[in-house]
Amino acid sequence: MTLKFTDGLTDRIRVHAAQAYPHECCGALLGRDNGAAREILDLLPLPNHHVRSPRTRFVITPEDFRRAEAAAGERGLDLVGWYHSHPDHPALPSEFDRAHAWPWYSYVIVAVEKGRSAALASWRLSDDRMRFSPELLDNGAKTAAPTLRT
Amino acid sequence: MPVKVIIPTALRQFAGKRESVEFDARTVGEALDSLTGHYDELRKHLFADDGRLRSFVNVYVNDEDIRYLAKDRTELKDGDTISIIPSIAGGATDTATKPAPEIKLSNEETLRYSRHLIMPEVALDGQLKLKQAKVLLIGTGGLGAPLGLYLTAAGVGRIGLVDFDVVDFTNLQRQVTFSTSDVGRRKVEAARERLTNLNPAIEIVTHETKLTSENALELFRDYDIIVDGTDNFPTRYLVNDACILLGKPNVYGSIFRFEGQATVFGYPGGPCYRCLYPEPPPPGLVPSCAEGGVLGVLPGIVGSLQAMETIKLILGTGEPLVGRLLLFDALQMRFRELKLRKNPECPVCGEHPTVTKLIDYHEFCGIRGEEAESTVQVPEIEPRELKARLDRGDDLFVLDVREPHEFQICNLSGHLIPLGEVPRRAHELDSSREIVVHCRSGKRSAEAVDFLRKAGFRKIWNLKGGILAWSDQVDSSVPKY
Repeated sequence: MTLKFTDGLTDRIRVHAAQAYPHECCGALLGRDNGAAREILDLLPLPNHHVRSPRTRFVITPEDFRRAEAAAGERGLDLVGWYHSHPDHPALPSEFDRAHAWPWYSYVIVAVEKGRSAALASWRLSDDRMRFSPELLDNGAKTAAPTLRT
Repeated sequence: MPVKVIIPTALRQFAGKRESVEFDARTVGEALDSLTGHYDELRKHLFADDGRLRSFVNVYVNDEDIRYLAKDRTELKDGDTISIIPSIAGGATDTATKPAPEIKLSNEETLRYSRHLIMPEVALDGQLKLKQAKVLLIGTGGLGAPLGLYLTAAGVGRIGLVDFDVVDFTNLQRQVTFSTSDVGRRKVEAARERLTNLNPAIEIVTHETKLTSENALELFRDYDIIVDGTDNFPTRYLVNDACILLGKPNVYGSIFRFEGQATVFGYPGGPCYRCLYPEPPPPGLVPSCAEGGVLGVLPGIVGSLQAMETIKLILGTGEPLVGRLLLFDALQMRFRELKLRKNPECPVCGEHPTVTKLIDYHEFCGIRGEEAESTVQVPEIEPRELKARLDRGDDLFVLDVREPHEFQICNLSGHLIPLGEVPRRAHELDSSREIVVHCRSGKRSAEAVDFLRKAGFRKIWNLKGGILAWSDQVDSSVPKY
């Protein structure tokens, strides 16, 4: 499946990630999914409620989940996924990510190396929960990059 | 009391796309049980292995978190609404735990697989799924040849080959992974070489071993999909049972003369081999390729169908042959389908399975010992002895019980009565004469001698080893086949 981003959205994720460094940032992805294609049209940055280890963990509370759903509804969009950053760590989902994920959602992860955003990738959890599959990103450029690193 | 459970958007695909469902339930626990009872696939996304709600799954009754009520014993009233809201959590791991392995395509792979990548149905993530997949091929013969070739070409990351046999000259009519120069080599070695030449990036793992109840589970564990390309019933049942016990799909293919079959067993909700064939046929009823023959290209077609199904399972696309037995008649050039249903009473995959570990499959199929040897004991004559007696001018009647097309290949100028016609045509034989009966290898003729002895013939012998042994020991100008 391809994940399309409206112009400028991945840049906004990168800015948020760099601002939150050395902590993890997080937020909701709002967009549309018609079954064949998914497009991200807006973001909702959210606070990272993980008090103990915000450098290596993020938490979006159920209250913020409902806020994200409400924001999506107001804008005429769906809540299709989430983004967060990995300070000084690759944009790959961890075992912790896998244990806490649900299928269907797009999980965007952006690596931040020493305060500067680097690779950005998006992942979907398999139905049997066993693995994440990478999503092919289309962020408005003419051709999609052949590898995950953009 | 009827309550409404709202299905979270991300999980609607597992609940028939419904936004909410209604149940009668007295407590939250009962409501969730009803939910996962109806929609089994929801269970693992809501509950952990120990049966408790996953830590990030929050359940509310009318917007009150059940953790602050009575948890799953929270009582419900008519019209209550249960919502399920996840906490979204994650993060980079610390160095102690391993992250998911990094998978990407090299530039070379991107070029090699470009014809896959430009199709939206495959694309990069499909190709990466292929790269991560691990497929085990049982058998590297007629079916294994196209399987190995096409799965390697497609970029399946790891392919295991199970075969303990050696390349035989008669294999080359259909086992197209091998060359003439491979005759005598171990099949898994020859196949590995051929497949590595086709695609060096694929990890080919050879398992030069006979598949048994002792090693099957361990062997299968490391693979995602098992492809059954074997040629005997005990192995079919063994592969099936092991796949069901481990929860792995079994891509099945079989051939016989001009007909082929293909299906996918062991898929969740689908049938298994035993649902279709609960009992094996009596030994000797269904001939092997060596005995019945096969048109060489037929396993090429059926094995390719198996490769296609394997790739579809990996990509998660299209309609796999689950619950569908594809029948191919090459002479009529027709494909037909039979609907296969999972048998709820199936001893292996049913609701109350009685087979919970692997058994002795040779015993199950009624075969004693390694080969299905004929246990008919009859008087025999060695080829050299027969030659000596014929040269002396002894009055021997040679009876050939092979088929007419075999007689055309080579013969000892015997009187031809195919085995199936012997009972009806026994009157053509003179029981006062000495009779030597032969076939190709000595098996069919042994049965004929046994039958005729029971019918009163006393001076009758089986040519030990048949015309093959005659060619080896007496006259090498007689072609072997």
